[in-house]
Amino acid sequence: MEYEQETTSGLSLKMWLRLVKYFKQMKRQIFPALITVVLTTAAFSAFPLFTRYAVDHFVIPGTTDGLPLFAGAYFAFIVCVGTGDVMWVKLLMAVEMKIGLLIRRDSFVHLQKLQIAYHNVNSVGYLIGRVMSDTERIGGMISWGFSGFIEALLTLVFSITYMLILSPKLALILMIVIPVAGLVAWYFQRKIMVVSRKVRELNSRITGAYNEGITGSKTSKTLVIEDVNSEEFAKLSAKMLRESVRNSRLNAIMMPMVMSLGSIALSILLYRGGILVSREMLDFGVLSAFIAYAVSTIEPIVWVSGIMSEMVSAQVGIERVTGLQGETVTIADSPEVVEKYGDTFEPKVENWEPVLGGVTFDNVTFKYPDGEEYVLEDFSLDIPPGTTVAIVGETGAGKSTIVNLACRFYEPTSGRVLIDGRDSRERSQLWLHSSLGYVLQDPHLFSGTIMENIRYGKLEASDEDVIAAARLVAADTVADRMPEGFGAEVGEGGDKLSTGEKQLISFARAVLADPPIFVLDEATSSIDTETERLIQDAISHMLTGRTSFIIAHRLSTIAHADLILVVEDGRIVERGTHKELLASGGHYSELYKAMRIDGLSPM
Amino acid sequence: MEKTTIPKMLSGFTRGLKRFFLAAILAAAAASLLGFLSPLIVGFTVDSVIGDKASELPGPLMSLFETLSAGGNLSRRLTVCALFIACCALLAAVFNFTSRINMAKGSERMINNLRVRLFTHTQHLPFEWHTKHLTGDIIQRCTSDVETVRRFVFQQLLEVLRTVILVVIAMSIMFSLNVVMALAVTVFIPVILVYTIFFSMRVSKKFRACDEAEGELMVRVQENLTGVRVVRAFGRERYETERFDEKNINYTKMWTSLGGTYGLFWGIGDSVAALQLLTVVVVGSYLAATSSFTFGELVVFLSYSQMLMWPVRQLGRVMSEMSKTGVSLNRIKEILDSPAEKDDPEALRPPMDSDIEFSGVSFTYDEQPVLQNVSFSIKSGSTFGILGATGSGKSTLTYLLNNLYELPEGGGLITIGGVDVSKIEKSYLRKNIGLVLQEPFLFSKTILENIDISSRSRNLDRVREKARIAAVDENIMEFANGYDTIVGERGVTLSGGQKQRVAIARTLMMGAPIMVFDDSMSNLDMETDAKIRESLRSDTEGSTVILISHRISTLMRADTIMVLEDGRIAEIGSHSELVAMDGIYRRVYDLQSGYVTD
Repeated sequence: MEYEQETTSGLSLKMWLRLVKYFKQMKRQIFPALITVVLTTAAFSAFPLFTRYAVDHFVIPGTTDGLPLFAGAYFAFIVCVGTGDVMWVKLLMAVEMKIGLLIRRDSFVHLQKLQIAYHNVNSVGYLIGRVMSDTERIGGMISWGFSGFIEALLTLVFSITYMLILSPKLALILMIVIPVAGLVAWYFQRKIMVVSRKVRELNSRITGAYNEGITGSKTSKTLVIEDVNSEEFAKLSAKMLRESVRNSRLNAIMMPMVMSLGSIALSILLYRGGILVSREMLDFGVLSAFIAYAVSTIEPIVWVSGIMSEMVSAQVGIERVTGLQGETVTIADSPEVVEKYGDTFEPKVENWEPVLGGVTFDNVTFKYPDGEEYVLEDFSLDIPPGTTVAIVGETGAGKSTIVNLACRFYEPTSGRVLIDGRDSRERSQLWLHSSLGYVLQDPHLFSGTIMENIRYGKLEASDEDVIAAARLVAADTVADRMPEGFGAEVGEGGDKLSTGEKQLISFARAVLADPPIFVLDEATSSIDTETERLIQDAISHMLTGRTSFIIAHRLSTIAHADLILVVEDGRIVERGTHKELLASGGHYSELYKAMRIDGLSPM
Repeated sequence: MEKTTIPKMLSGFTRGLKRFFLAAILAAAAASLLGFLSPLIVGFTVDSVIGDKASELPGPLMSLFETLSAGGNLSRRLTVCALFIACCALLAAVFNFTSRINMAKGSERMINNLRVRLFTHTQHLPFEWHTKHLTGDIIQRCTSDVETVRRFVFQQLLEVLRTVILVVIAMSIMFSLNVVMALAVTVFIPVILVYTIFFSMRVSKKFRACDEAEGELMVRVQENLTGVRVVRAFGRERYETERFDEKNINYTKMWTSLGGTYGLFWGIGDSVAALQLLTVVVVGSYLAATSSFTFGELVVFLSYSQMLMWPVRQLGRVMSEMSKTGVSLNRIKEILDSPAEKDDPEALRPPMDSDIEFSGVSFTYDEQPVLQNVSFSIKSGSTFGILGATGSGKSTLTYLLNNLYELPEGGGLITIGGVDVSKIEKSYLRKNIGLVLQEPFLFSKTILENIDISSRSRNLDRVREKARIAAVDENIMEFANGYDTIVGERGVTLSGGQKQRVAIARTLMMGAPIMVFDDSMSNLDMETDAKIRESLRSDTEGSTVILISHRISTLMRADTIMVLEDGRIAEIGSHSELVAMDGIYRRVYDLQSGYVTD
């Protein structure tokens, strides 16, 4: 998915039209920038006129009359052009950054709305690439690329116009050379584009390799595969070297070729011009101005073709970014729901009904978007508010599915999930999510302090509230071990803490949120028994009167649940209380016996 | 590793590449020379061929011209001139090509050396270094800082040389033609230097601010996406967006402000360049009108000052790039200067199937005491269990055993068969200690390649055998691509339990005489846990096994069990001894076995 091939070749207007909505928002930036670019370019190409004037009026007649005035005018002109230059860079940078700002924000907001299933199959690095570097490429193209294009094109047009006015006959010679040079440049640029795409792809693979090499360094050391990794990397890097040199070789051929075409034009010009001057059909001054133009037309041709090929590659960026923004949000609030309850960003909290915590599965059939088999079929279950539901089963048996559906991280393929008796699709997602306390098996912490991480559960909580929540689940012991206490940094993703410590903090985070529905997905798998025991009472006290889903391997955690669901191969094979299930002699009682065989008999 | 200077560091990467750079420089010089010849010939053509002034061409060229156009008419003479220019252009093209391609080969190879060196070095940096640096930051240095250096060497370095060559040649020719005019052109060079230095300093300062702002924005996006489930579960989308906006706007502001500086910089640069042209035109016109200065000479001067205009303008930009490159090189150097893990020259390779001994081990991490005076021994071939609360120092013990952390002076001694582990060759030590980490990392490769990564045996039967022991073979076969399923960030997401089992199989492939399981079955259900331990027992026959776990059922069969509390040994003994002792172990045992009646 990550290294998909870029497929477009030629320029496509349709692609660029997708950006129209941003252009509309930026009229105030774009127009002044455009005007500045046109005026400054026009002024720039008028410079040789001054030279010609000087030659005709001072050099040839051999007089200095009016020279100071000329110098003054020239100077004033330079000041104008200089000011234009300053404005140009400033305005264009503003355009580039503003459009980047708008596109990045839209992408980010859309990513916030996209369902979990989308995030599951798209790697973070790939999405970051779209939000950051692809956007940057578009911004750069729209500002510098377009202005360069306009500048180069205008320079060409002005130069050709001046030359036509000066001497149509000589201009004709250049007119023949320019298209030839253009063709050569275009031909090479297209070849270069193909190679540079390869280089870009290799580049992202190299970034990926660094990422993996660094994140996996502990594992690499324990397996003693540092040299294996380095060897593999060296191969990848050598491939990059080959492609880069190929890329440079094409460039190295193209530039001198186009340049020497220009020189050939110059030599023809000189020959024809010399003859014309000797026949007194042409002024010295005209010839010299002409030569200046001949030199200055070659470079813009190279630019134009360069920019055009860059535009094609920026187009790929547009394709990716608009592709991301156009990704369908499969779990979305309906317009009626948004009308009444507001959306994720503008909630209408005043219209929200309080969440009691009743969850009902009504004939739910479900399969994962990328799966082939149905995980649930015609599943019905009524969970009254305040029920503790434990889900038991083998690793990978699909225990999280029920939770994912209840939390509306996924929606049923058919059937309904009801919250407090109403289809959850008739409420906004935020309404439900604001009422969840979710503790995951792989607890994710954000970089920042312990205090900040717990406060994520309730942003307006005071320090005292945070500490109280931490104490309830013994997360304060983590802070106590740190010299900085609650102000201690947890590191990237909570890296500086052990898994057990991270679990305690994410537990405190959920407790602080004080939600009517709790989800504990292996929340204490890495916490030692004594600490678990310590917080057990607090947990059961907290869960009283709230609906909770508990996924756990430790039977001690499960035995007290009001309802136990036993999952096998993605199906619910047993349901009931601890006593009922033991009595029925099914899978659950076998599980229980397995532990007895292990020697830990109940006391 | 001793600290080096930047030039020393760079010369290490350019070893054997000097010929490319030399060829590039020589060819660039030749191309520049030819580039100068062209205006000379143009001037000569206008003055002496079309006009009638005495030639100022260098002697040899003049005689060549005379030979070729001997006795010819104007048309013939013009033809020769035109041919001269065309030849110059073609030769210049050839030299330009030679220069560019050699530069490309030299710089790309140099960057390749740098890339590989950085990767290899990060692989060999001690574990402690990795825990103290942010991944994103290191990656940024290894990629975008390297790219900055590459761009500078490849694009700008030659530009600097070309500019210097151009300025020197142009100045000497101009001075030889007309001193007054040459001086008029020269006046601007110090001006350019002064404002360039001024602006490059400002630009590099603002650049750094922009880079940091970008880094912060990147971190925001990365953390948001990595923690997307948490964001969703707490309904924090709006909060996250506000936080993103703050960084997004800041980033935009920084760059827009840099844009202002750049605008001023470039505007002034262009104006100065234009002023230079103005001076040449005005002074030239004056001279032409009042002295023997000819029109042809004026044309020559104009060509040269135009030719100088672009590189001199460019020089300013190059200098701001140069200061950026300096920043990047320093950031790269910081990584390379960090000392990598190194073996003692007299490192040993003692037999590893011997007793392990911890004596008086104390260890402090980040001013936080982790282990305090811990002593115990593990008999070769026995199973040793460790129980302890979260944060009691269990993992640290294993990191010390395989030398991921080094014991400081006076921190006690860890020996295997009587040999201090810090005296044992590191790769030998670690190859002989199969450690399964608590949160194992899987590489973006197929499952087969992941399990097979340490031995690279490509022996599917052996891989499957180990996977069966780890009770994961069945799960793997259920995937559409079986053992060829790609895992990791770019592939299928495995559940925590699946990951742990693949990691167990991977470690079993090492066939090490010492095996360490660091809470590596925490995400497995009891049944699977028991199943794995059962089959492990026969596979690890004769090996020394260290088990870290919170589950009594996992530990109880061990020959010796140690209980850690706050970095100290609280209890040590066999299961029955510990149960009889009425301490922590007994309490945990009671808790875990009391699940029914409790």
